Amino acid sequence: MPRDGTGPAPVIPNPIQIKYYGNSSAPACYAPDMDSETRFLPRTDADQLLERLRVSGFPRILGPVARDGSLVFSPIHQWSQLPAGIRDMQTPGTYRLHRHADPLCFAWANGPQALKPLTFAGRELLWRAERHHETAAPVFEHAEDTPEPTAVLGIRACDLAALALQEKHFTHGRFPDPFFGRRRRSLFLIAVHCSHPASTCFCASTGDGPTVTRGHDLVLAELDEGYLISAGSRGGRRLLKDMALPPATAAQVQWAERASARATAAQMRHLPGRHLKQPIHDRLEARHWSRVGERCLSCGNCTAVCPTCFCHMELDEPALSGHRTEHLRQWSSCFNAEHSYMGHFLVRSDTRLRYRQWLTHKLAGWHEQYGRSGCVGCGRCITWCPVGIDITAEVAALLAEEIHAQPS
Amino acid sequence: MKPRISVHKFSSCDGCQLAFINAGEALLELATLVDIVHFAEAGPVDPDAPVDIAFVEGSISTQDEALRIRRLRETTRYLISLGACATAGGLQALRNFNARGVEDWSHAVYARPEFIESLDTATAIARHVKVDLELWGCPVSTRQVFAAIRRLLYGALPFVDNEKVCQECKRRGITCTLVTRGIPCLGPVTRTGCGALCPAFGRDCYGCFGPGENPNAAAMARRFQGLGLLPEEINRRFHFINSHAPDFLEEGLAWREDRP
Repeated sequence: MPRDGTGPAPVIPNPIQIKYYGNSSAPACYAPDMDSETRFLPRTDADQLLERLRVSGFPRILGPVARDGSLVFSPIHQWSQLPAGIRDMQTPGTYRLHRHADPLCFAWANGPQALKPLTFAGRELLWRAERHHETAAPVFEHAEDTPEPTAVLGIRACDLAALALQEKHFTHGRFPDPFFGRRRRSLFLIAVHCSHPASTCFCASTGDGPTVTRGHDLVLAELDEGYLISAGSRGGRRLLKDMALPPATAAQVQWAERASARATAAQMRHLPGRHLKQPIHDRLEARHWSRVGERCLSCGNCTAVCPTCFCHMELDEPALSGHRTEHLRQWSSCFNAEHSYMGHFLVRSDTRLRYRQWLTHKLAGWHEQYGRSGCVGCGRCITWCPVGIDITAEVAALLAEEIHAQPS
Repeated sequence: MKPRISVHKFSSCDGCQLAFINAGEALLELATLVDIVHFAEAGPVDPDAPVDIAFVEGSISTQDEALRIRRLRETTRYLISLGACATAGGLQALRNFNARGVEDWSHAVYARPEFIESLDTATAIARHVKVDLELWGCPVSTRQVFAAIRRLLYGALPFVDNEKVCQECKRRGITCTLVTRGIPCLGPVTRTGCGALCPAFGRDCYGCFGPGENPNAAAMARRFQGLGLLPEEINRRFHFINSHAPDFLEEGLAWREDRP
């Protein structure tokens, strides 16, 4: 038994033997959007950005804070609360923070969560009902939360790509989700170009990072001496204009571009393409699903930390009196029994089928539903899996299997 | 007529009965919805009265208890076992691993062991009679117990949490203790219901709510081995509060050095 405790490792074929699927799947290296509007915010003046956010109507500012051994988004009031010098070391099933003697506040890849809990709450009230005191008929009342305008500082390209997918799921179509929508509209997003990907990152291969290209209000690139800052929305441009910062120099812009190129080149993992629907569907009966099933704990951590997973359950919590009840929604997972329960039987009774459901939906089914894969390459499912199951290794091992004749 | 309920104690620490007593005002409200006909710890004593719901705390560890639980079953419409002792034998079921257990500990603990009458094993209620619903936990919470009562009063099936503790951790934004600190948290194989109490305070789950649905205890144990735990330590992770829940029993035995 291997000492790393993750069980028999999947056989990973030589990367050069992996066929690329789809025609736009070469790892992308974007040139940062460092146009003439790019300004320079000196590190010593960085609190000015927080002050400007507050006077612009965002009393609540969330930023990355090192707490309980990871980076979590928490309310911040000054720049000095940010994780200066902190690096994250991520490998399958392991996350550690280290401190370096430098002032960099964003020299890390990510923590267990970013935007998902802010827009799609882990648990929330949808409605309540009470029996009328005379007629005993139920009287319904919608939960009306009014989220406080919130600026979020330090999110990444993968987080923005995931938010765009969640927006597709929750707010498009005939029945947009009012809870998600209200919270999404309350957010002002200040992204940071990723400069220090973790070993678990593979956003370059999904096309979602490491450089921020869309979905942000403002975006920062971190230099030793301060931040290059540019806008991605009308609100961002207005705020940037009000700050009256000097333009960035050509040398600073060039330095940031090189940092982005390095962050792309540094990524150690990848998916073998962005259109894996057919090759995965061709392998629904592959032996590899059973091998993953032996290692997988079916605990649902991957789905909880996945920034695009949206499955939830609804439940009622009646008061003991029986006269009042609350109807709640909470995160659920395709690794739970209840997720596939219908008519007194479980459609997916074992882990093999549950892992297969997760992976095929994420990488294949989403193409039909949302026009792209559901994976943005953030690597959270790899790091936060208690037994370190690596989606990129599992896909590679799966696709290395010959296609079997499908049982009729 | 109001439904009648009773609360019975077998071999246990009485902690699960506190789910009722600590409910405070809600206990008074419960008393307006049901007749509490037997609940020795709270006052009323009538152990043989027929009831609609009997809550049973504790495991069966004496001959007297083995007879008493069968009598109770005959006078009860729904029998609900409460907590680790009633659902899996509890901490005291650790003695089941030692064939000479009762003799050994009764001599070690008591000045006059000849007064101790005990079965060789401490076992779950469901090993003796049909149980209609099991509420897991050490101890169970007021929320679990009152939610089950409410559902039964509506004539609906009680909802039983059986997903893993990890999901409650993630919903609450609690950082994973296993991944960030490498400590042997049992959350990925343990049933939720506690609100992820221990991880919320930075310590590893020790499985007091028993195995969740579809637990992969073997993969969990291999991970503990990877974290540096010795076989004996892995055995003790599984053979603790819910040692005789089948999934934990089997995995713990697999790591016993003296396994036959």
